[in-house]
Formats: sequence, C-alpha cells, structure tokens
Amino acid sequence: MTAPPPPAAPDGGDGVPVLDCLGQRCPLPVIALARAVAALPAGARVRILADDPAAANDIAAWCRMRGHTLTAAAPPSFTVRRD
Amino acid sequence: MWRAGSVGAGPAHPVPRYRRPVTQPAEPTAFTPAYFDAATAAPLHPVAAQALQAAYADGWCDPARLYTRARRAAQLLEGSRAAVAEVLAVRLDEVFFAPNGTVAADTAVAGLAAGRARTGAAVVHSAVEHSAVLHAAAAHGAPVPVPVDGYGRLDLGRWRAAVAAPGVALAALISASHEVGTLQPVAEAAAAARDAGVPLYVDAAASLGRVPVPGGWSVLTASARKWGGPPGVGLLVVRRGTRWQPPYPRDERERGTAPGALHLPGVVAAAAALRAAAAEAAAEDARLRALVDRVRAAVAATVPDTVVVGDPVDRLPHVVTFSCLYVDGEALLLALDRRGFAVSSGSACTASTLRPSHVLEAMGVLSHGNVRLSLHRETTEAEVDRFLAEVPGVVAALRAEAGAVGL
Repeated sequence: MTAPPPPAAPDGGDGVPVLDCLGQRCPLPVIALARAVAALPAGARVRILADDPAAANDIAAWCRMRGHTLTAAAPPSFTVRRD
Repeated sequence: MWRAGSVGAGPAHPVPRYRRPVTQPAEPTAFTPAYFDAATAAPLHPVAAQALQAAYADGWCDPARLYTRARRAAQLLEGSRAAVAEVLAVRLDEVFFAPNGTVAADTAVAGLAAGRARTGAAVVHSAVEHSAVLHAAAAHGAPVPVPVDGYGRLDLGRWRAAVAAPGVALAALISASHEVGTLQPVAEAAAAARDAGVPLYVDAAASLGRVPVPGGWSVLTASARKWGGPPGVGLLVVRRGTRWQPPYPRDERERGTAPGALHLPGVVAAAAALRAAAAEAAAEDARLRALVDRVRAAVAATVPDTVVVGDPVDRLPHVVTFSCLYVDGEALLLALDRRGFAVSSGSACTASTLRPSHVLEAMGVLSHGNVRLSLHRETTEAEVDRFLAEVPGVVAALRAEAGAVGL
C-alpha cells in the first residue's frame, strides 16, 4: 500500500500568501482582502479563501472598483494581483 | 417579550415567574419616519382605502351566487375588471384577478407551459426576473436564463438566439427591474419572441400604474400592492388566442385562473387604485424621477466608495439602488431603520437564504452594503433630503465599527 499523497500546500505551492476567510460573511472577506492588498507591492498577488455565497461576486466587484486584477477564481479560492 | 426570571434567584429575592415587559424609553423622535419601500408594497392609495371600506359593506357576498346581494357583488367584480381592462387597453375577458402577484406569476408560467407542452419545456427568461418567476420556470419547465449587462438590461442578441432555439414553451421578461429600476427592452424582446412563434410573458409588477408597458406580450401579471392597492390581490392578463391552459378547476371562479374565491373587496380597491395611479402616473413620474436623480447624484458625491447601480436614465421613476463597500447590508438597513428610514436590501445577509440578490449578481455589481429606496406618492422632498443628510454619517459609522477605514 502506498502512502497517501501529501496534502496540497495551502498556497498551491506557488508562494502566493494565503488569506483564510473561510466561514466569514461578507463584507468581512472583502475587508480582509483590502487590508492584505494594501500591504502588497505592485504586481504582487494574494490568494483569499472565502466561501460566503457573495464572495465570488463581491471580490470581482471590489477588484474592478479598486483597479486590481482577479487573476484566478476557483471558489472558494480567489487570487488577486495588486496593480 | 415575556421572560421567565432566573438570574439572581434566591430566597431573599424571590424571582417572579415572569416579568412585565419593560417598555424602552422612547428615543427622541426629532424626525418623522420615512417609508422608502414602495417597490415591495406601496402605501394604500386613499381611493383604495375608501373603496375597500365601501366594498366590505357592499361587496362581501360571493359574486357567483344568484341572489340580489350576490349580483351586486358580481357587478363590483365586473366593474373592477372593466377598470383594469381600460387602463391596460385590453378586452374584459382577458383580465383575471389572482390571490397575489406570486400566484399570478406562477399561474402565468404554468398555463403557458401546459398550453405549449407539445412544443417543448424550455422557459427562456432574463437573469433578473423576480424570484416568483424563477421558481415558476423551474417548477413548470426547463429554465434557460439570458444574461444582462452591467445596468441589468437584457442581452437582446442572446435573447433572440434563445427564443429561436427549438423546444421553447415560453419566454418570460420582467418589464423593469424591481431591484435596480432598469427598464427592459420589452418591445424588442416581444418582436423576437413573435418572430420565433413563442408567447411572451411579461411580469409588469414594477411598472404597472407608473410607466407604460409596451405591448406585444401574450400574458402579463402584476401585483396590486405595488401600485397602491391592498396586499393580497394579483392581476393576470391573458390575450385572446394565447395557447394557455388554466391550471385550476374551471369552475365559476375566474374561469380556472384562480384557486377559489377571490378577496372581492381587495379586488375592488385594487382596481380603484390602479385607475387613480394611472391618472397620476405622468405627474408622479416627473416628481419622483427628480427625487431619484437627486439621490443618485448626492449618494455618489457624499458617500465614498459607493456604487449607484442600474441605468441612470432608462429606468423606473421611483427606484434607486446603491452598494457601499465594506458595509454589512443588514447592519446598514437596521441603522437606517433606527433613524426612521424603511428601505430594503439585496445583500445576502438580509435574505433568508443568505445568498446575495441574483439581480446584483447577474449585473456583477457589489452586493454587500446594498440599499434600495423606492419612492411613492406620499414621499416628500423633505424626507429624501433628510435621508441624504444622514446616510453619509450612517455609512461612515458602520465602516468605523468594522475597522474598514482608509482601505
């Protein structure tokens, strides 16, 4: 019997910092994302985990309002690049 | 609330089994409460209140019976039908009353789906239909949603393709979004449906009694409480020649379009209110449109990080919706309520399902911190100005509470 594969790294192995907002209701994940992005240098990314039903819509809307880019959206994982 | 006392119970201080409710000291009410939720239910129009009272005295009999009093009730019912037919410019025998707008919507979809079952089961609809229509589409057919743009307006190209596909039983389009106010291209959508040989059902609940509804539809529904009639009265209009099958027993009650006896005094009041609303519509349109313009401009200018959504021009006269970044919709609604403003919200936290409004989602606009104001004939300029004076402070306080400042 082979050993089970190791669990995937929470950052997907690509070094992008992860913000765990699972279980938080909107607008809390968006507030956390805004704080995290404010601390990033331009061009850097952050990955947010958010399973609120409004998260997919509101994270995309926030990116548009703030001029940042949603580079990947695979709920509950969303990757945002500071532009 | 009656509460059993338990805290601090001891022999020296016997706790009563229950305590009288303590009335909260009244908050200083320097303001008059303002009701801004007409798109849910408008205040009863004065003529509806009069008609309701008169009909309770004179029109409570079953109009299907044969004695004198019942014939008087039947006269009131047929007079109401005639008033509605005149406002809508349709025939008397095309107008039916329903127990409410939701039943009317369900009956409209069910009847068309049954009448067109041999053609197919697909129900083409815009992504921004009222939830009653979405539920009806899923219950009676196979829903085929058509997307909208950022203003919430139907994508006509996709609509044309969807209605022309094989197997479409009916197409459903809301006349104007009850959530964001954007008018839908009903005439163009109706032409596309007609070219495809598909009957169009228009949910005109948000428009009727306020703005003209273009023709070309086969079935139309509305809800009396939206135009100043009483709650508990719906309207269903089925154009002659429509392949529409009544879902209820074809007894003497509305020819199978209503599930049993109607609330006749409500129907009489609804018809009186519709006639009055239609007569006042042009003047009210101008007055409310100016107030909404003022809200749109002031909110955008004085509440930072807020998006005013929906079409700024091609819209209902009385509806305005905006979303405030970093604000919890329920908290905003309740904070406004404490300041005497009754508004509704499309934010997820205000819905029993905890899902954001499907309309805001379909538009791709921010759904949290959402507020909808819908004005009516009793709305005053002073009420709107007081709202505009208070809303920036209410939003700022909620953001400060959430630690969402300077983001």
